[in-house]
Amino acid sequence: MRIDPQALRTVLVTDCGSTTTKALLFEKREDRWHQTFRGEAPTTVEEPVADVTVGALNAFTEVQELSNRAILKDHGPFEVTAEDATRGIDLYLSTSSAGGGLQMLVAGVVRNITTESAERAALGAGAIVMESISADDGREDHEKIERIRHVKPDIILVTGGIDGGSTAHVVEMAEILVAAAPRPRFGDTLRLPVIYAGNANAANDVTEILSGIANVVVVENVRPTLDSENLGPAREAIHEFFLSHVMSHSPGYGKLLSWSPVPVMPTPAAVGDMVQSYAERTNQNVLCVDIGGATTDVFSVFRDRAGTQVFNRTVSANLGMSYSVANVLVEAGAAHIQRWLPFDLSEAELRDRLRNKMIRPTSIPQTIEDLYLEQAVCREALRLSLKHHRSLAIGLEGKKERSIADVFRQSTDRYELVDLMQLDVVIGSGGVLSHAPSRMQAALMMIDGFGLAGITQLTVDSIFMMPHLGVFASVHPQAAQEIFEHDCLIYLGVAVVPVFSVGTKLGDALAEVILDGRSLGVVRVGEVARFATAERGSGALKVVPLHKTANVGAGAGVVVEKVVRLGECGVVVDGRNRPCISSSFVVSEQKRVYQNLGLLR
Amino acid sequence: MSQLFTPGLQISAATKVVKRRDLPMRGRVLVAVGDRVRSDTVVAEADREGELRIVRVIDELGILAHEIASCMKVSIGDVVREDQCIAEARGLWGLFTTKVSTPITGTVEFISTATGHVGIRAPKRTIKLSAYIDGVVRSVSEERGVVIEEAATFVQGIFGVGGERVGTIRMLQVPADTAVADADIPADVEGAILVGGHSPSLAALQKAQTLGAVGFVTGSIDDETLCQFVGYDIGVALTGDEPIAMTLIVTEGFGRIPLNRRIIDVLSSTAGFRASISGATQVRAGALRPEIISKASSAGAGLEREYSSGLVVGSQVRLIRVPYFGMHGVVTKLPSELVQIETGAYARVAHVSIPAEGREVVVPRANLEMA
Repeated sequence: MRIDPQALRTVLVTDCGSTTTKALLFEKREDRWHQTFRGEAPTTVEEPVADVTVGALNAFTEVQELSNRAILKDHGPFEVTAEDATRGIDLYLSTSSAGGGLQMLVAGVVRNITTESAERAALGAGAIVMESISADDGREDHEKIERIRHVKPDIILVTGGIDGGSTAHVVEMAEILVAAAPRPRFGDTLRLPVIYAGNANAANDVTEILSGIANVVVVENVRPTLDSENLGPAREAIHEFFLSHVMSHSPGYGKLLSWSPVPVMPTPAAVGDMVQSYAERTNQNVLCVDIGGATTDVFSVFRDRAGTQVFNRTVSANLGMSYSVANVLVEAGAAHIQRWLPFDLSEAELRDRLRNKMIRPTSIPQTIEDLYLEQAVCREALRLSLKHHRSLAIGLEGKKERSIADVFRQSTDRYELVDLMQLDVVIGSGGVLSHAPSRMQAALMMIDGFGLAGITQLTVDSIFMMPHLGVFASVHPQAAQEIFEHDCLIYLGVAVVPVFSVGTKLGDALAEVILDGRSLGVVRVGEVARFATAERGSGALKVVPLHKTANVGAGAGVVVEKVVRLGECGVVVDGRNRPCISSSFVVSEQKRVYQNLGLLR
Repeated sequence: MSQLFTPGLQISAATKVVKRRDLPMRGRVLVAVGDRVRSDTVVAEADREGELRIVRVIDELGILAHEIASCMKVSIGDVVREDQCIAEARGLWGLFTTKVSTPITGTVEFISTATGHVGIRAPKRTIKLSAYIDGVVRSVSEERGVVIEEAATFVQGIFGVGGERVGTIRMLQVPADTAVADADIPADVEGAILVGGHSPSLAALQKAQTLGAVGFVTGSIDDETLCQFVGYDIGVALTGDEPIAMTLIVTEGFGRIPLNRRIIDVLSSTAGFRASISGATQVRAGALRPEIISKASSAGAGLEREYSSGLVVGSQVRLIRVPYFGMHGVVTKLPSELVQIETGAYARVAHVSIPAEGREVVVPRANLEMA
C-alpha cells in the first residue's frame, strides 16, 4: 500500500518490548511534527494471554485517555483516517523485540573473517546472536552440535569462503547443522529458516544438504573477497524471514501485522536506522547506547580509513540493569563496581543488593546510596558493552593480492573503527540514563562508563523514542527527523577530556576552555568539574591545550574549535587521564568528583 | 501503568494446584483424563533422534573427497556397531591398509563426496516425563502432555536453585529469625525437604545435602554462600538445572531475612507429608518462581487469607528494597499524585505502617509486594 506522507496528520506507533509495550502519538501541528502523548502497558506475548495485541490495545487506551482522542473503536483497533482533532489516526506502525527479539545463530568458516561478517549482518538487521559457530573455533564437531541443539534460533545465517575459493569447509558447516537438526523457537511444524550467504560455488551443495531440515534461501556472499563485505542482501533476507516466519508465528502478531500497512521492524533495526540517518545528515561520528533491563545495545557510525561512514551495532545479551544486573556483577567483578561509589559499601552487601535487584527487577532505588549503586553498575555495563562493540566494529583494509599465508595474518588488515577521540556525539538511552533523576548523573555515567576522551557532545533520548522514530522514518523521514531533533534528543552539554602523558602532577593545568570567546576555566590534572553556562542552544567552543602533551582530539598541544550544543550540564571537564578504568579510585576521590558536579552534598 | 507493585508470591494452605506437563517435542501421552497419578508416574514420553557423529574419513585415510565411495565398506542405511570398520584404503603399493571404524553404534546416514565425511546416527533415545505432583489428569494434549490438578498446599519462594524433586516436609528446630548452622541439621534427613531459619551456612547446606535431604527451604541466603554451594556465580536468574543434589529455595531474598511466619505456619501443617519441590526460577517475562507443593492437610484449615487483586488501603505488604528491605507492613494511604523521593525521582508511593518498628514510612509502590 502506498502511503502519502504529506497526507499524514496523526500517527500512532508502538514498540512492543520484552516487558513493556510503549505507544506514542505523533501529531502534525502548525509549526512542525510533535510527539504528543505516550501510553504504556505490560507486553502480553507470554501465557496466559499470549497475544501481543492485548498489551498494544491497553497502551492505546492509555494514549486515548490522556489525549482525549478517540482511537479505539468497537469492531477494530482504531478509527483509521483522522477526521478531526478528536477522532482517529491516519496510520499505525510498530517495532518489536518482544519474546526475546529476533534470535539468530550464525555459522562461518574462519572466525575472524566470514563468521564475523555474518555476525555484523545479523546484528545490523536487529538480531541477537545467540551463538556463533566457526570451522576454526577450536571446538570438536560434537561440541558444536550440542551447542546448536541447545539454542533454538529463529533464523540461521550460514556463511563461509570467499567467492571462487574452497567449498569444503562451508559444506562441512552444513553437515554439522544437519547433524544438530536445530528446531525453531516458534511454530512446531515450521521448517527452520536458513539463509546461505557464503561462497557462491558452494550454494548448491549447501542447499542440498540443508534442504532436509530447513527452508533455505541463497543470497549474495557477505564476504565476496577478504577485504570487502556485502551485508545488505543478507540483512534484507533476515528482515523478510523475520516477517514471514518469526513475526507471523509469534503470539498475536498476525493480527498486529494486519493493523499496519508497513512491516513491523525489529526494535534494534529501527534504532539503528535513526542513528545512521542522524550521523549521515549531521556528518558526525555517533555512538548510541540503549541500556535495558536484560541487554545493552550499542550502535556506532564512524568513518573508516577511506572516509566512508560505517554503521555497526552490537548487543550484549546479558548486560542490563535489572534481569541481567547480576551478570554485570559476575562479568565486571564487585571491585570494579565498588570503585565508582562515593561511599563505602562492603562487597557482601553490594552482592546481596544486586542479587535482590535481579530477583525483583521492577523495584526502584529509594535512597541516594542505592541509586548510585545502580549507576555504578550502569558504568560497568557501558564499559563492557563498548568493549564488546569495539571488538566487532572493525574496519577492513584493502590488500588485493593475498597468499595463503596471509589468511593467517588477519590482524594486520583489521583496525578498530571506534575512536573515542574522534567521537562527536554520544546518545544515551534506556531508563537508567533517560530517567536519571539528575541529567548530570546521566552525563557522568556516560563519561565514566565509556571513558570518553576529547570533546564529546552528550545527549540522551528523552523517553526512548528512537525505535518509534526509526519505523516512522521509513514512511516520513522528514517528520521523524523533526521529532528526533526537537522532542527526542536532549542535549545535556559537552564533555571535555584531555588525554595526556605521564610527567604531570595533580593540579597541573591541562587546557583552557573558551566558549564564544569567553574563558570558562582551566582543566586540571585529576580534577572533574562543571563549567556552568547560562547559554542554551549552540556555542563556539575552543579548547586550548596548556600542557604540551594534552590532546583533545586533534593531537598533542593542538587547539580544537567546535560548534557545540549546550544544555543543563554545561561543559563538564575531566582531568583524570585515560584509560579511566584503574581500580585505584578511592571513595574520597569519587566523593570529590560527585561533590564538584553537585551530585553530593 | 496502574499495577506498579509486584503481585506477590502465593502461600496457600489449601488451593487448587494446576500443573501443565509438556514434552519438549511431540511424543506419546501415556495416561488418560481422570487417571490418578503419583508424582513419579510417567505421563508421557518421546523419542529423541540420536546424535549424529561425523567421521572424517578422508583425513584418516589420506584420500580425496571424491575417492570416498571406493573406500567405503558400508552403505547409507546400514546399521553399524561401535568399532566396526566402515572404510579402508590401501597405502603404498598396496602393502599397508588403513582402516576407519565408527566411534558409535548407529545407522549410516550420509556419505559425502563433497567433504569426504560419513555421518553415523545413534539410535533414538526415549525421554520420559513424570507427573511431578500427585493428582488427577484433568486434560490431555495429544502428543504433547497433560494437565494435572490437585487440592494441595502451595508455597512459592522468591528464588531457588536445583530441579524437581520429591521428599517429605520436615521442620527444622530453628527459629525463623535464626541463622541455620550445621549443628541444626539432624542426622536422619534422608529424603527430607527441610524448612526453617535463614542464612544457612555453607556447612549446613553441604551437611544436609550429604545426608540425603532433597530440599531446603529458608528465609534468605547470602550471595557468597549460594555461589559456594552451587559451585559458580549465577549471572542471570534462570535456574533449575544446577548440578546439585538438593534443591534450595529462599522465600525472601538475599541477605539475612527471617523465614516468613506465614510460610512456617502453612508448611508446618504439612510436616511429614510427601511434597514436590522445584527450584526453577525465571525472572523474565513468563516469570517462574520456585515452589513447594504437598497434599493439603486439615491442620491447614483456617490458615487461608483473602488476597485482594490490587494494592488497596489495608493490603498487607512486604517491602522489597532498602532501606526497609525484608520488613512487613500494612498500607495506610495511597496518594494518587507523584511524590519526589530521596533519590530525586518522582514516583507513585504508598504509606505503609510497619508494626514491628512502630512507625509509618513512605515507599515507592514498585518496592512493595503483596504479602
